[in-house]
Amino acid sequence: MTKDLEAFRTETRAWLEANCPASMRTPMTGEDDAVWGGRNYEFKNPEAKLWLERMGAKGWTAPTWPAEYGGGGLSADENRVLQSEMKKIGARPPLFSFGLWMLGPVLLEYANEEQKKEHLPKIVRGEIRWCQGYSEPGAGSDLAGLQTKCEDKGDHWLINGQKVWTSYANHADWCFCLVRTDTSVKHEGISFVLIDMTTKGVETRPIKLISGSSPFCETFFTDVKIPKGNMVGRLNGGWEIAKRLLQYERTNISGFGSNTRVDVVDLAKKHVGIEDGALEDRDLRARIAEHKMTERAYALSVQRAQEEAKAGGNVSHMASMFKVAGATLNQDRCELMVEAAGNRALGWSGEGFSPDDIATTRGWLRSKGNSIEGGTTEINLNVVAKRVLGLRDTQ
Amino acid sequence: MTFTLNDDQRMLKDTARDFFREQAPVTRLRKQRDEKKNGRDPDLWREIAGLGLAGVIIPEEYGGAGLGFVALGAVLEESGRTLVASPLHSSALAGASALLLAGTDAQKQEWLPRIASGEVVATIAIDEGAHHAPSKSKLKFEGGKLTGAKQYVADGHIADLIIVTGADALYLVKADAAGVTRRELVTADSRGAADITFENAPAEKMNGGADVVDAILDRARIGLAAEMVGSASEAFEITSEYLKTRRQFGQVIGGFQALQHRAAKLFTDLELTRSCVQAALDALDRNANTIAEYASLAKARASETVHLASNEMVQLHGGIGMTDVHDAGLYLKRARATEALYGGASFHRDRYASLLGF
Repeated sequence: MTKDLEAFRTETRAWLEANCPASMRTPMTGEDDAVWGGRNYEFKNPEAKLWLERMGAKGWTAPTWPAEYGGGGLSADENRVLQSEMKKIGARPPLFSFGLWMLGPVLLEYANEEQKKEHLPKIVRGEIRWCQGYSEPGAGSDLAGLQTKCEDKGDHWLINGQKVWTSYANHADWCFCLVRTDTSVKHEGISFVLIDMTTKGVETRPIKLISGSSPFCETFFTDVKIPKGNMVGRLNGGWEIAKRLLQYERTNISGFGSNTRVDVVDLAKKHVGIEDGALEDRDLRARIAEHKMTERAYALSVQRAQEEAKAGGNVSHMASMFKVAGATLNQDRCELMVEAAGNRALGWSGEGFSPDDIATTRGWLRSKGNSIEGGTTEINLNVVAKRVLGLRDTQ
Repeated sequence: MTFTLNDDQRMLKDTARDFFREQAPVTRLRKQRDEKKNGRDPDLWREIAGLGLAGVIIPEEYGGAGLGFVALGAVLEESGRTLVASPLHSSALAGASALLLAGTDAQKQEWLPRIASGEVVATIAIDEGAHHAPSKSKLKFEGGKLTGAKQYVADGHIADLIIVTGADALYLVKADAAGVTRRELVTADSRGAADITFENAPAEKMNGGADVVDAILDRARIGLAAEMVGSASEAFEITSEYLKTRRQFGQVIGGFQALQHRAAKLFTDLELTRSCVQAALDALDRNANTIAEYASLAKARASETVHLASNEMVQLHGGIGMTDVHDAGLYLKRARATEALYGGASFHRDRYASLLGF
């Protein structure tokens, strides 16, 4: 390691020591502990607010983004140092954000200067919470079949249509949205626009899932007027941006919804019982062992891809592979947890079950969406087959 | 930890790849088989050793290159790609590791330089039943004499030096010693092996107990997993090419989604396994304290992956995959032999669970 990097590590360690509040160094106890920010966000814990403010001011919520847009301006190596130092003290992520994970990277690549200056710093500081307007009732896996209409009205765009599966749209301040600007062609008639959710004519309605939670919404646009400056990239050039954004989404999405507080091995030990150091149910034991191996293989593969990316290899096309593998892994984990917990994982509410038991049940149900959201497993296998393996439909 | 080869390792891998592609393609194994050589190809072994490949992990003081396990793993992966029939794994990895970890100074001095040069072929003899169970050995050692029986010793029919494991001890036996009887096995993978009985055979006790037996086996397992990743990769690539050229219903069959998804899943499985094997080889070079976990992870996953890849190779080739003239059968047979050797997926799942404390 170079001298500069060692100096950066010392500096970073000292800063984190002085600035990361004590309660932000404890493990998260559930999804409720995730800080999403935004105009109307209510912090449960004042220290979470302080932590976000401090990290946001340093740009370390987006460590590698350029400093001129509020980012940390760190190199990949410096970011690795920061992440490892945060891990060392058990620091929680200061911010969970679709702006950080999905929108920011494509704005850096495709947006004009004015758009970058306007939106990126607010993402970094967690001031604006974004949602994703992609899927429609008639455009799921066939996303490019979307119909939400965007018309040029001279001094503004006029938007009419409906989006669905808009994550947390009811909490979001702004929406990045795919709209149809040309009905005579398919992929080439899509544009990428940014919509303020407080604009007249925007309405959201939460969707209740099988897990009982409502992380998604239907979003309706009725005669919504947005400024001409809110289109990112060129008119009818949105599909390329959409696909790039999906790659970022797929790298981030695969583990949503599971009860990650409890390890499946501990759960099995508790409920199944141990004999001579081994789980009494030998069949379940073998399947948990296989799962633990896959989990390790997945983690090692992510690490390998990061190393190859650093060495200059193009690994962006691998996002679909990781999405499929990650979703399967998480679903298998949830199934094994439910099986290991027996009837303790069949509760829904009330005093008869512990909060952890119920989190296991509901996490298992929520995980069924992992292979659907962000591109179904089937669509992602198509991507791997076509783009990575070169298997074409017609030849 | 690193997954990236350094310049020396990369150069060695390229050398091995070029040599195996040119001098030991699958047709060479096929020829050996058709001539009923049962894995004997001393000319090939001489050439392999001549390139220095028999001494990759052996330190320079014993005549080797001292390049480590990542380097040897890269060579073994390339040898797995073309199903090279040679005692490279048994001698240059398993046998050499046994001497390095359990040999006395005198034993190392005597044998390692000759293993590195390829003059001596070494192997390890482990199993005494149909399944891998190193801790259940019934081997007896008294007054410098060894009595017992080993089954399916890899390259046991061509080895000069046999390192025999008991449940908690190791012994060094010359293959031509009195009291050593070898029954050559003609095996499905055309590599051959031997059942070996020891009847008061003169043997030298080596250093170490059960933990050293385990450590040697873990090196053998990780190296074999590297070879298996090579075989699985080649099986996958041959199959993938076939999907792009075979036409039915007026189009290439690789255009059918049912086959595209099978190929994509196999590819994913292969990539995940490759990461495990690379990490395991790296753990050996770092002398990490989690080698046992990595060994079981790598061997179990490599077993499952090569199992799947070889089965898919036959099925996705259709009828031609069932014919002897096609290579699919050779990959399938080699896959099962390597899966069983030094413990298959179920053995290593069981061991992994124990290592993780459940």
